[in-house]
Amino acid sequence: MVELKNIKKTYNKGSIIAVEDISFNVDKGELFGLIGPDGAGKTSIFRMLTTLMIPDSGTASVNGFDIVKEYKAIRNCVGYMPGKFSLYQDLTVEENLSFFATIFGTTIKENYDLIKDIYVQIEPFKKRMAGKLSGGMKQKLALSCALIHKPTVLFLDEPTTGVDAVSRKEFWAMLKKLKQQGITIIVSTPYMDEAILCDRIALIQAGKILSLDTPEKIVTNFQDKLYAVKANNTYKLLTDLRKFSLTNSCFAFGEYLHVTFSENISENTVTAYLEKLGHTNIEFKTTIPTIEDCFIKLITSP
Amino acid sequence: MKQLFTFVKKEFLHVFRDKKTLLMLFGLPITQIVLFGFALSNEIKNSKVVICDYSNDAVTKQIIEKIQASKYFDITEKVYGRDEIEKTFKKGEVKMAIVFPAHFADDLLHSNKAQIQVIADASDPNTATALKNNVSSIINDYSASIGARSIMPMQIVPEVRMLYNPELKGAPNFVPGVMALVLMLVCTMMSSIAIVKEKELGTMEILLVSPFKPIIIIISKLMPYLLISVFNFGIILILSSTLLGLEIKGSIFLLFAAATLFIVTSLAIGLLISTGAKTQQAAMMTSLMGMMLPTMLLTGFMFPIENMPLPMQLLSNIVPSRWFFVIIKNVMLKGLGFATVWKEMLILFSMSIFLLNISLRKFKIRLE
Repeated sequence: MVELKNIKKTYNKGSIIAVEDISFNVDKGELFGLIGPDGAGKTSIFRMLTTLMIPDSGTASVNGFDIVKEYKAIRNCVGYMPGKFSLYQDLTVEENLSFFATIFGTTIKENYDLIKDIYVQIEPFKKRMAGKLSGGMKQKLALSCALIHKPTVLFLDEPTTGVDAVSRKEFWAMLKKLKQQGITIIVSTPYMDEAILCDRIALIQAGKILSLDTPEKIVTNFQDKLYAVKANNTYKLLTDLRKFSLTNSCFAFGEYLHVTFSENISENTVTAYLEKLGHTNIEFKTTIPTIEDCFIKLITSP
Repeated sequence: MKQLFTFVKKEFLHVFRDKKTLLMLFGLPITQIVLFGFALSNEIKNSKVVICDYSNDAVTKQIIEKIQASKYFDITEKVYGRDEIEKTFKKGEVKMAIVFPAHFADDLLHSNKAQIQVIADASDPNTATALKNNVSSIINDYSASIGARSIMPMQIVPEVRMLYNPELKGAPNFVPGVMALVLMLVCTMMSSIAIVKEKELGTMEILLVSPFKPIIIIISKLMPYLLISVFNFGIILILSSTLLGLEIKGSIFLLFAAATLFIVTSLAIGLLISTGAKTQQAAMMTSLMGMMLPTMLLTGFMFPIENMPLPMQLLSNIVPSRWFFVIIKNVMLKGLGFATVWKEMLILFSMSIFLLNISLRKFKIRLE
């Protein structure tokens, strides 16, 4: 459905490398996630796949159409939701939707089934200007507009950034439903907890893919034993554990610190070390790695 | 077709919901014309006049009485000699001097012809012309009335001298000039932000990932401004014929046709700026700075183009308002028909096609 081969993209005449030699495939009906921090190159990948930018080198195709030569065919059949809210703020909800329906040569009625679940939530506000909607509603409207022409591939660039937790959950539930209708979805997000909701994910950092697999496999590939440590003074705990000679990595993770050690180590060795440094209420337990742990491991390991 | 219609409708909604732009679109041309209207008003009452009567006979007395009786003039004093006239002018209050030569009545009786010298302060050319016309008509009335009583037609010829600005450049040219200037600036500025606005707000990004054609966006961006500007032109015409008393002598239809061509040309310039600009502000500045000076200088209403050095004359050919100015002058003020202005209209037409073509080519189908 979507294929990228050795795609490279630079800005400012090559001085800034946005995407470096990226290749991956997305199958039909797959929910594929691009996971990575800001500036990892996610938006650049989206813009190349939606034919808004031309790659410096490499080839890519969407629906079998080449992104450079057959850009017009791609523009007909994909839905795109940019990272920044990009609807007409001075048009109402309804006006926006019918505008995008018309420029794709369709009507709201014709594809109402597809957007129904999403649109009913914003329909009570259909006379409101799009600019006056809340963050979550804006995203729902943008998704409706991207879906109104029944695209075969849907590109969603950080659809949940700046959206509250409840709306984020709802949004992902909607994506699941769309997937069931056979729509291929490529979504990017900086939130690691959303990664497990995808069929497959690519972890991206500085324009390179660090790992590409199902979320489960990425997690099982995490070979080290991971411990969660907690004490009264979290900051001091972090610096002390990092100084500890056997510590491999140590990062804050919620109220706990996630730590790996270079060799198998008993709880007593660590607690003894910490107590000597004056830590109290020490909690030490093994924990199951998350995508975020994998990501941190991938970017820190040489 | 339906796409185009929806697009045009969308553009109208943008324009009508943006109150600030709307105010500018309608307010600017109207205020400009009204302001110029009052500035150029030719109702001049009670202007101070000095009389220099070397003849001092029955006829001159009668004429002086008539002038005094008119609401336009207020005779302040009688002076004798050039130097004194000069002195009163230099004080600045006196606008006009009327000189009757010696033996005025005798000349009129014996040779049926006498001369009056009218000297006007033409540093304000508008006032001077108006005063000259008023005094001429009073004298003509008088000579007609005495001519009717005698067998031979008698003639009193006012010989007019315009002091300080003998050519009276500018005055009647102003209204068509302002029309051209205002329409050009408003149109270019408005359309210059049209496309760049979509880029700046990010809407261009999704618009591009859709099957729309650039020509549709270009046409639909033009439409609202075109309609509004043609409407504006109508208001300007009404204002200049009522408020400024400028009679529209030629065909109204021809005027509107020419205005439409000119408006499309100006809008096309704006769109061209818009396709290249990075921000709305940059587009506004480019259109304002880039258009204001050439339009003011090279339209021909402030400075006659014939008097300019050759390179400037050549340069003026690419300024659309120059051609529109010629059309308006010929059609509105002189009442000439299509036969005299078809060349200028053809030039405007070609310009607009050419400019729209370039903007279409320059329209970026991708993000930079």
